[in-house]
Amino acid sequence: MKKLLSLLMIALMLAMPFTAFADGDGAVPLTGEVVYVYNWNMYIADGSEGSINVNEEFTRRTGIKVVYDIYDTNEILYTKLKTGGANYDVIIPSDYMIGKLIEEDMLAEINYENIPNYQYIDEQFKNQAYDPDNKYSVPYTWGNVGIIYNTKYVTKPVTSWSVLWDEEYAGKILQFDNSRDAFAVAELLLGYSLNTTDEAQLNAAAEKLAEQKPLVQEYIMDQVFSKMEHEEAWLAPYYAGDYLTMAENNENLAFCFPEEGFNMFIDAMCIPKNAQNKEAAEKYINFICSPEIMAANLEFLGYSAPSQAAKELMDPETTSSEVAYPSAETLSRGQAFNNLPTETVQTMNDLFNNVKASDSGWSLYIMIAVIVVVIAIGVAAYLRKKKRNNY
Amino acid sequence: MKTKLFAAPYIVWMAIFILVPLGACAYYAFTDPNTGSFTFANIKAIETYLPTFIDSLWLAAIAAAICLVLAYPVAYTIAQARPSRQRVLMLLVMLPMCMSFLLRTLALVAIMEDTGIINQLLSKIGLGPVTLMRTPAAVVFGMVYNYLPYMIMPLYSVMVKINPSVIEAAQDLGCSSVKVLTRVMLPLSLPGIVSGITMVFVPAVSTFYISKKLGGTGTAMIGDIIESQFKSTYNLNVGAAMSLVLMILIFICMGIMNKFTDSDDVSLY
Repeated sequence: MKKLLSLLMIALMLAMPFTAFADGDGAVPLTGEVVYVYNWNMYIADGSEGSINVNEEFTRRTGIKVVYDIYDTNEILYTKLKTGGANYDVIIPSDYMIGKLIEEDMLAEINYENIPNYQYIDEQFKNQAYDPDNKYSVPYTWGNVGIIYNTKYVTKPVTSWSVLWDEEYAGKILQFDNSRDAFAVAELLLGYSLNTTDEAQLNAAAEKLAEQKPLVQEYIMDQVFSKMEHEEAWLAPYYAGDYLTMAENNENLAFCFPEEGFNMFIDAMCIPKNAQNKEAAEKYINFICSPEIMAANLEFLGYSAPSQAAKELMDPETTSSEVAYPSAETLSRGQAFNNLPTETVQTMNDLFNNVKASDSGWSLYIMIAVIVVVIAIGVAAYLRKKKRNNY
Repeated sequence: MKTKLFAAPYIVWMAIFILVPLGACAYYAFTDPNTGSFTFANIKAIETYLPTFIDSLWLAAIAAAICLVLAYPVAYTIAQARPSRQRVLMLLVMLPMCMSFLLRTLALVAIMEDTGIINQLLSKIGLGPVTLMRTPAAVVFGMVYNYLPYMIMPLYSVMVKINPSVIEAAQDLGCSSVKVLTRVMLPLSLPGIVSGITMVFVPAVSTFYISKKLGGTGTAMIGDIIESQFKSTYNLNVGAAMSLVLMILIFICMGIMNKFTDSDDVSLY
């Protein structure tokens, strides 16, 4: 009986991979090739809520397996690439980080002949400052940063970044957990350029962030979704595309493009220099750029499409959204991040770490008192022992 | 000779996974990120994080003290129980450790946050939401919750070896129960206390997840800062220097702790 059962199990297991492909049309058997993709957290349609599963679809059509890994911030991506230990074939950094990676010679030149779908990318997203000759990057999405707030609790009109410094909402405010985005909020409020390299201005921005710190619930990245959706926090600066996803789950949420301006970003697909499988990477990038896939992917993500052809395939309700596709007048307030000099990036990182480090002074004195008492007890015990040994 | 041979795998393991990383850590701590030359700049850069160091040591010390107070009677009760029951009780103590501490901490967040389970109940009966998280106390609570078994286990293993006739003898000779505790139990269980405190204090002082999740923005611990030095700011040298200094501080604390066992172990006889 047991034998029969195990035989049955083996037969079932053998049948599994074939049945998995049996239903699909145009499915290609696995080629044994693998493409390693490193992308932002929650930044691809993964099949949930009836969406397309982009990676599975790619495997189904090309037979190339996708190994997918995620990061929270551009800085984490940079550190991971820099410290090595991981080889990726496709990465999706933001504009300023692409500039930095190009400058440090960490990206491979893309062979655009292998990416015919590049033609669908709109001209306005090509020839960007971060990659002026269009050699290293293919736009994935673009978008803006603004304030997401809960209208149930935040009753004052939200028009300015200063609402994130409003003491009335203490403990209910979130802030970016990456130096560049967090500094941008403070810099906009102070009226500085987002690309300032002036040390005094950076210090002032850090002070502004330190001033905000007691009001901040948590420095956070993608946990912002659950925090905002179940109303644990009421105000957060975050990416517009993610607001659209959150708003589907909580209708009290609203979005504001602050009057002081905001960051406008492009995230683009690149191939690191040490990629193992550049051909597969180019196939993957080409696949993502095909209008139908891009439309289905971004319909789910909520981020803005850098391709008119894809936009035309999307739900008109999505493409008419003022949050995802703001008017030219709103967009005129947007500012792009440029790649900053290494020293400026370092200063910014250090200042941000200092802001996040704790600053309570009182515990120092108690600590010293405790240490003194402990040492005193230790000495007393030692003396007692010595005395006893003398008998 | 033979026994040495048995230890060989561990010695190789230790060399590769403890000594080499320690050496790398020391190397990074004393070199310049760009030129690779010897420098003290990384150690100096730590100065700004001094309050964070002190806060971390302080919170970990409080957590260790609370763990000790909570665990001592528990360990004593378990050690006094029937052997068959002892096994069940120890299993219960260790059971939470079978689950990832990240998961347990996240569960604590779900229970304690402003819209969490406790606060939902409180609002239902009209007591309104109370801020339970984002305070140093919440961080200490999280540490005690996570590390309590590490205190109970060494205490139990020492106490179970204490001969009950020693306690009976003390009672027969007229010791009050307080005296039995201070003159007999405490000195005899001191090795357990010391290793328990070490086992709670050391992981607590370098913890980074509990403080980030349960603490507010004002309770960042040194572990959080070290994590961000490595993970997001690409500041390996300062991160390594911070780890090194933290390690030295922990060694100093342990050295002080061990002084207690050295000096008191003869007091009973």
